[in-house]
Amino acid sequence: MRPFTFSRPEAPALAIAGKDAASRFLAGGTNLVDLMKYDVERPAAVLDLGRIAGLREVTQAGGTLRIGALVTNADAAAHPLVLAHHPLLADAILAGATPQLRNMATTGGNLLQRTRCHYFYDRQTACNKREPGTGCPAIGGVNRIHAILGASESCIATHPSDMCVALAALEAVVVAQGPEGERRIPMAEFHRLPGNEPQRDTTLGERELITAVEIPAWDYGAHRTYLKLRDRLSYAFALVSVAAAVTLEGGRIAKARIALGGVAHKPWRVAEAETMLQGQAPGEDAFAAAASLILRGAQGQGHNDFKIELARRAIPRALHQAAHATPQSHVEKRIA
Amino acid sequence: MQNQRIIGTPQDRVDGRAKVTGAAPYVADFAAGQPILQAHPVGSAIARGRILAMDTSRALAVPGVVEVFTHENRPRTSWFGSSWQDEVAPPGQPLRPLHDARILHSGQPIALVVAETYEAARHAANLVTVAYEEEAHHTDLGLRLGTAYVPPKTRSGTTPPPKPKGDVEAALAAAPVTHQARYSVAAEVHNAMEPHATTVIVEEGGALLIHDKIQGVMNTQATVCAIFGLAKEKVRVVTPYLGGGFGSGLRPHHQCFLAVMAALALNRSVKLVLPRDHQFFLAHRPQTEMLVALGATRDGKLTAIRHDAIAGTSTYEDHQEVVVNWTNLLYPAPNVSLSHKLVKLDIESPTDMRAPGAPIGLFAAESAMDELAEKLGMCPLQLRLVNHADTDEVSNKRHTSKELRAAYRMGAERFGWQGRPLAPRAMKDGHELVGWGMATGAWEAQMQTHHARVMLDGEGRATVGVATADIGTGTYTILTQIAAEALGLPMARVTVLLGDSLLPKAPVSGGSWTAASAGAAVDDACARLKAELLRLAQKKGRLLGATLEDLRFADGAMARWSDAGTAIPLADILGESGRDSLVADGKAGPDMLSQLRYSSHAHSAVFAEVRVDEALGQVRVTRMVQAVAAGRILNPKTARSQVIGGAVWGIGMALHEEAQEDHVLGRRMNHNLAEYHIPACADVPDIDVLFVEEHDPRTSPLGVKGLGEIGICGAPPAIANAVWHATGRRVRDLPMTIERVLGLKDTPA
Ligand SMILES: Cc1cc2nc3c(=O)[nH]c(=O)nc-3n(C[C@H](O)[C@H](O)[C@H](O)COP(=O)(O)OP(=O)(O)OC[C@H]3O[C@@H](n4cnc5c(N)ncnc54)[C@H](O)[C@@H]3O)c2cc1C
Ligand code: SF4
Repeated sequence: MRPFTFSRPEAPALAIAGKDAASRFLAGGTNLVDLMKYDVERPAAVLDLGRIAGLREVTQAGGTLRIGALVTNADAAAHPLVLAHHPLLADAILAGATPQLRNMATTGGNLLQRTRCHYFYDRQTACNKREPGTGCPAIGGVNRIHAILGASESCIATHPSDMCVALAALEAVVVAQGPEGERRIPMAEFHRLPGNEPQRDTTLGERELITAVEIPAWDYGAHRTYLKLRDRLSYAFALVSVAAAVTLEGGRIAKARIALGGVAHKPWRVAEAETMLQGQAPGEDAFAAAASLILRGAQGQGHNDFKIELARRAIPRALHQAAHATPQSHVEKRIA
Repeated sequence: MQNQRIIGTPQDRVDGRAKVTGAAPYVADFAAGQPILQAHPVGSAIARGRILAMDTSRALAVPGVVEVFTHENRPRTSWFGSSWQDEVAPPGQPLRPLHDARILHSGQPIALVVAETYEAARHAANLVTVAYEEEAHHTDLGLRLGTAYVPPKTRSGTTPPPKPKGDVEAALAAAPVTHQARYSVAAEVHNAMEPHATTVIVEEGGALLIHDKIQGVMNTQATVCAIFGLAKEKVRVVTPYLGGGFGSGLRPHHQCFLAVMAALALNRSVKLVLPRDHQFFLAHRPQTEMLVALGATRDGKLTAIRHDAIAGTSTYEDHQEVVVNWTNLLYPAPNVSLSHKLVKLDIESPTDMRAPGAPIGLFAAESAMDELAEKLGMCPLQLRLVNHADTDEVSNKRHTSKELRAAYRMGAERFGWQGRPLAPRAMKDGHELVGWGMATGAWEAQMQTHHARVMLDGEGRATVGVATADIGTGTYTILTQIAAEALGLPMARVTVLLGDSLLPKAPVSGGSWTAASAGAAVDDACARLKAELLRLAQKKGRLLGATLEDLRFADGAMARWSDAGTAIPLADILGESGRDSLVADGKAGPDMLSQLRYSSHAHSAVFAEVRVDEALGQVRVTRMVQAVAAGRILNPKTARSQVIGGAVWGIGMALHEEAQEDHVLGRRMNHNLAEYHIPACADVPDIDVLFVEEHDPRTSPLGVKGLGEIGICGAPPAIANAVWHATGRRVRDLPMTIERVLGLKDTPA
C-alpha cells in the first residue's frame, strides 16, 4: 500500500472540490482497500465519504424509489420500501458476497466495484485495464470467469456485481454530482464496454460523486427472479446470473425486463428480446427465443465457452421463475 | 482394573475457550514487548530463468525500510545443499531462497524487505524492480506426461508401488467384464486460516526464540541450526498453536529461513507473515493424472487391477505420495500392476496435504469400482463386499484389525442405502436429479517414537509435556484425558504443554500418528510416575505389599481397590517425602515385531446423496454418512470434528478446489480466497459420523489408529459416484465444476 493522504469531507461539494484523477472516494472500502493493498489502486489521496450527510436514506417519491449512495447493501436489501417496491433488487443484493461484506458495501461502491479478473489483481502480470497498453494475458490465459459478450481485443473482463444486474433490469438511473452540477445517468449508459479503453469502467467523470440511484415505479411483485449460477452455493461471484421481471395481462407478457450478470463488462440487456416477449404467452419456446436474442454474438475465450450454453439455459429458467411467480430463494439454495 | 473413565468420553476442547477468545497466541501474535521489524517478501514474476538485475534503491528509500535482502547481498549460510534437508524433505535439493539468481518457479521469493512497520515493508516490496532472463518453462502436466519417470530415490516414509503380480494385460484381455478409464485430480493449495509466518526474537546474548508455523518445532530447530550453523542451545522454537497445519506446516518453509536470516543479519527481532497470495506459491497437493483398468468375472470377482499415476513435482525435489497402493490394499486380485511416476515442472515442490495421495488414488479406484459395478449390473456396495481384502496384499501382511465390513453395514443402514435403484437418473425431484453414491476410504495407522514427561506438583496438579504440535486436531485435549485418567485426576488438574523444542522430543505431527504415539508416551510417563509414587509411599510405610495393579487412582488419591480406607492423596505422598514435585519420563514407539507381521489401517465407508439441477449443473451435497473404523476412539467429540473436517475438505476436492495455472506465464492465477473456492457453509450438509467398534491392541498401546486424515479419503469418490447416479454422467476429473457436470468441457482422451 502506498502512502496517501486521508481526509473526511463533510459535504458533497467539499468532496467534489477535493477530488481529482489521482484521488479516490472511500465508501465501505471492501473493494478499494483490497485493491490498494495489492498495489492496483494507488491513490495519492483518499476521501472518506462517511461524514457526508444525506447519502444514507431510502425514500420514495412519485413512485420513484431513491437509494442513497452510502446505504449499505445489507440495509438496502432489508429496507421495507425496497422490499415493497423492488424486491428484485433485494434478491440480487442477497445473492452477493457475505453478510459481513454486505454490512460494509455501499450502493455507490457496488456500482463502481472493479472486475475480478485475476490478472487485473496481480501487478506482476500485464493488464490493459490496470496499465493501458501492456496487453491482456486473459486472452489465451485463465479466462473461465471472463466475458462472452461485448468483449474487445484489449479486454475481456466482466463486471462482477449482482446488485447492478437488477438495477439494469429495473432501468435505474445513477444520480451523480460534479463540478458542473447534477447529472442522471441511465444504467444502460453507466457501465461501458471495454473497447480500446478498458481502463474506463464507467462513464462517471473523474470528479463526479454518486449521490443516489433512482428506480422508476414498476409493479412486478412476485413475477421476478434473480437466478445466480456460481462455483459454490454461496459466496462466489456469478458465472452467469439473470435478473428477470415480467408483468402479465390476460395470460400474456405485457412487459419483460432481463439483464445478465457475469457475462460482460456491464450488465447485459438486449431490448429486442424484451420487445419480442411482449404480447407472447409465457412458454419455453418464447423463452428460448429470448435467450437466443440476448446471446446473439456471444463468443467464448476457451475456458469460459460453457458460459454461453449455461446462459442459454439460465435465461429460460429465470423467465420461467418470473412468469410463475416463483422467485429464486437466496436462503434455500435449491434452484426453483 | 480401570480408573475412572475419561478416555472414550466426549470432552470439550481444553483449548477451546483460549482459541475463541483470542487468548491463544499464534505465530504472528508474538511480539515480546519489544519493537520488532516487519518483513515482506518479493516473489518472482516468471517461472523459469535468471535474475539479470534488481533495483532496490526505491524500496530502500522508503522511510522505515531497514534493509532489502536479495541473492546479491544476503548473508552467508551453510554452503552445502545437504544442510537444507529437513525432517520430511523429499529426495532432491530443497529450495534455497536468495541463494543465487536462478528462478525455479513463479512466486519464488527473490527479495525480502525489512522495515520498522508492516506498511512500509509491503509498500517497499512493490517498488523492487527486477530484470529477468526468461527461459522456456513447463507447467502443464498434460503436455509433459511423456517425460514421466519413476523417482530413483524413494521418499522416506512412503511406500513405493509393489512389484507387479501375474500378467495384468493378459488377465484384462481374458476378463469377461472390464473397465478402463483415465481420471485426474487438480492441484489444490493449502489454505489454512493462519498464514505461514515466523516471528524470530533475538534474545540477549544472541540466542533465538523462534515462533514458526510448523507441525513439529524440532524440525524447525534442527533445520535452522543446520543452515545457519547454530548450536541447538541457541535456538528455541515455540509454537503452541497452529491455525491449521494440514501438511503445509510439516516442513519449515522459506519464510522461516528468511526471517531467521534477517534477524541474524540485523541482530533485531523480525516478523514475517506471508500475505495470502504468497501462500499460493508455497506448497500444494500435486496435480495427478491416472489410468485405472479393472478386469472381473461375471460375479464381480476382480481378476486384474492396473492403476498408474503420474503426478507433477518441482524441478528440484521428487515429492512422492502413496497414490496407487490403496487400490490393491482394498481389493485383492491375482494380476496387479501399480505404478507411480513423476513429471518435473517449473512449479514449487508439492507438499503433503491432508491424507497425501489417498483421496487422489481412491477417487480413481473407487470411481472405477463404481463403473465396474455399473457394467456388472451389480450394487456397488455388493461389489466391494465380494472383493473385500481379508489380508493386506500390498505388504503381504495380516491386518491388526479391520472392521470395514461392519462400517459398510452400519453406514449403509444409517444412510438407507437399501432399495437404491441400480440405474442412474432414477430419482427426480422437480428440476433436480437425485443420486446416491458410496466409496471406501483407507489411511495407514502409524506410530512414531515420541517422548513425554509428566510432573506432579505439591498441590496434586499434573503438567504433561511433549514437543509435538496440536495442529488443530485436539491433541491438547486427548493428552489431558489420557493423563487425567491414568493419574486419577480431574481434567482441570492436568495441564498439557506442547510445541516447544525444550519439551521431550517428538517428530512432526502428521500422518495421523500423534494421538497413538504421543498418547502412548504420555501414558507411559504416567505409569512411571505412578510407580515412583508407590515407591515413595511404601518408603513411608504405606500400602505395603501393594503393586500398581492393586491400586486405584481416583480423585487425586491412590488407594487399594479392595479398601477405600487406604486412600492417600498424591499431594500428601510428595509432602511426606519432602518433595515439591515428582517427574517421570515416558517413551513410546512402534513395536517392530508387530510391524513386521501386521499392517494397520483406518477404514471408512462413505455414503453421499447429491442433488443436481439437470439443466444448470448446480450440485448440492445434501447428505453424507461416514462410518469409520479407526481403533479406539479417545474422544468422540474431537474425533467427530476430525472426520467432519476431512469430509468437508472432501466436498471441496470433489466440487471446488483447483489451482488455476496460466501455462503461458507459468503462474497460478486464482491466488486469493475469492477465486480459489473451498466449501462455504451452504455447501456442507449435516455430516453423520459413525464410529465402528474396533478393538486393536496391536496397532498401538492405546489401541488408537488416528483420525486426522480418514475423513477426506472416501468423500470425493462417493460424491462423484452420486453425481453419476443422479445424472448418468461420469465426471472423471476433479473438481466437478458446472461445465464438467453438464458435459460442456472437453476432457482429454
Ligand atoms: C470476497 C468478496 C466477495 C464478493 N462477492 C460479491 C458478490 O458475490 N457479488 C457482488 O455483487 N459483489 C461482491 N463483492 C463485492 C462487493 O459487493 C463490493 O466490494 C462492494 O459493493 C463495494 O462497495 P464499497 O462501499 O465497499 O466500495 P469501496 O471499496 O469503498 O469503493 C469502491 C469504488 O467505488 C468508489 N466509490 C464508492 N462510493 C462512491 C461514490 N458515492 N461516488 C463515487 N465513487 C464512489 C470508490 O472510490 C472505489 O473506487 C465481493 C467482495 C469481496 C471482497
Ligand atoms: S481481461 Fe481486462 S482486466 Fe483482465 S487482463 Fe485483460 S485487460 Fe486486464
